[in-house]
Amino acid sequence: MSDALLPPEFADVEPWAATWCLATEPERWAMRLASTMDEMQAFYDAFFPRAEEAIAWCDRFPLDALPADAEHLLQLLHSLLMVSYAVEVWHQPEVVHGGSAVIDRIVEPRP
Amino acid sequence: MARFPRPPEGTWTEHYPGLGTGPVAFEDSVSPAFYELEREAVFKRAWLNVGRLEQLPRNGSYFSKNLPGLRVSLVVTRDRDGRVRAFHNVCRHRGNKLVWEGTPRDEARGNARQLVCKYHDWRYGLDGACRYVHQEGEFFDIDKGKLGLAPVHCDVFAGFVFVNLDREPRWTLREYLGPMVGALDGYPFDRMTERYSFRAENDSNWKIFIDAFQEYYHVPPLHTHQLGPTPEAQNPEYEFEAAHYQIDGPHRMVTTSGTHKHRWPAEHLYPAEALTRSGSTGPWDAPDLGELPGVNPSGVERWGIDNFQVFPNLEILIYERNWFVTYRYWPTSHNTHVFEGDLHFVPATCARERLAHEYAALTFKEYGLQDCGTLDGTQMGLEQRVFDEFPLGDQEILVRQFHKTVGEWVDAYERERGEGGKR
Repeated sequence: MSDALLPPEFADVEPWAATWCLATEPERWAMRLASTMDEMQAFYDAFFPRAEEAIAWCDRFPLDALPADAEHLLQLLHSLLMVSYAVEVWHQPEVVHGGSAVIDRIVEPRP
Repeated sequence: MARFPRPPEGTWTEHYPGLGTGPVAFEDSVSPAFYELEREAVFKRAWLNVGRLEQLPRNGSYFSKNLPGLRVSLVVTRDRDGRVRAFHNVCRHRGNKLVWEGTPRDEARGNARQLVCKYHDWRYGLDGACRYVHQEGEFFDIDKGKLGLAPVHCDVFAGFVFVNLDREPRWTLREYLGPMVGALDGYPFDRMTERYSFRAENDSNWKIFIDAFQEYYHVPPLHTHQLGPTPEAQNPEYEFEAAHYQIDGPHRMVTTSGTHKHRWPAEHLYPAEALTRSGSTGPWDAPDLGELPGVNPSGVERWGIDNFQVFPNLEILIYERNWFVTYRYWPTSHNTHVFEGDLHFVPATCARERLAHEYAALTFKEYGLQDCGTLDGTQMGLEQRVFDEFPLGDQEILVRQFHKTVGEWVDAYERERGEGGKR
């Protein structure tokens, strides 16, 4: 199990970690647009019920000193929010009435 | 039926009698000739915001700022004495672009004792003085004291770094900003150092996008989803009304009475809003910032957002939940512009706060894409030139004032140029 990205307590969502543990918004945005609604719905359904617990897990550590597995868990939470717009709001990967517009996030805090 | 009191004249628009109430032409947004004039008349005369002091954290910090539509690139520095300065980003030797990273089209930032030209190794202090000429002995009668960078007028208000490209600015920065914007001096912008920056290249005139963000009339029809997941919330017939409008010189502001989502029942919220306690009006759990000078100037009950439109191209949005957003719009041609959006928060201290900020930043982009996505359609429609003039409602008073002001500045420029020509 040494190659697991997430803390052992979150082993049930480990199948999504390789795809969705992404450090930056441009990566998460690209993954959303490259994913099907079925894939994102499955990730959302598996992880959303555990999200509150995952946030509490991350908050056992200072934000600037997260162990690697907690940092991955926080990345997965970021991806859950990214996916939530497709699942909860638009019911499609793209923004409704987004036309051909592109907005790039060029600066963001880490982690 | 009005939900908020309007001025004694009955409407906001008639409260400012110079505005008129007739239809408005948008030829200023489709004409290449007007754009050529506007660059000189507006952008080479007004004070322009190019960044925040936080981008110059230490003495020796610098950043470059490209304004391609104005054919200008600047380098902004905090010199060894802590003074903020701006220069044209051009080497005095053979005119090479001085500071860049990656390609000359890209901006750069950093901290340095001196700025070094990549071409022939000429070097400049952060105060713009030429410090070193490579093989100086090869040159003829050279005087390094006269070969510094070309300075640009630069001043700082409330942490906002402004430049003025005029030879001699017509106003000091404080005179220019006037009492309404000036009242924000002392607002704790400097506590909100956590920044999310966005950039978009849009196919519209710069003013057309400003128009989208200086009225909220479009919000219920275009951003229906923003109101909530339920049919009751997503009512496109919902009538938006701002609580207060104010005009001060070329600058404008609108105050909204808030959608305080933290007070909404859970069934009207998206699950991710409830999870993160955040959304389009920001994180629900506001940091305590103490006194907030300059905001909510009319004392609106349930104040939501103050939207200051600083002429010509800066917007400062201050939210009741104690975060702020800036928008800047840089023309690149008569029908294209670069949009910059920056979200500023008091730095998160834990993952829960980080995720609240992240969800607000996501929300900004999701709905911003709807605004951007609609935009090129507006430009295309205007360029069809089917109609000469367009009706504007009272909730669009700032659109009316903005185009009128740009027109007046261009008129003044042409008048002065005409008078100069006669001499």
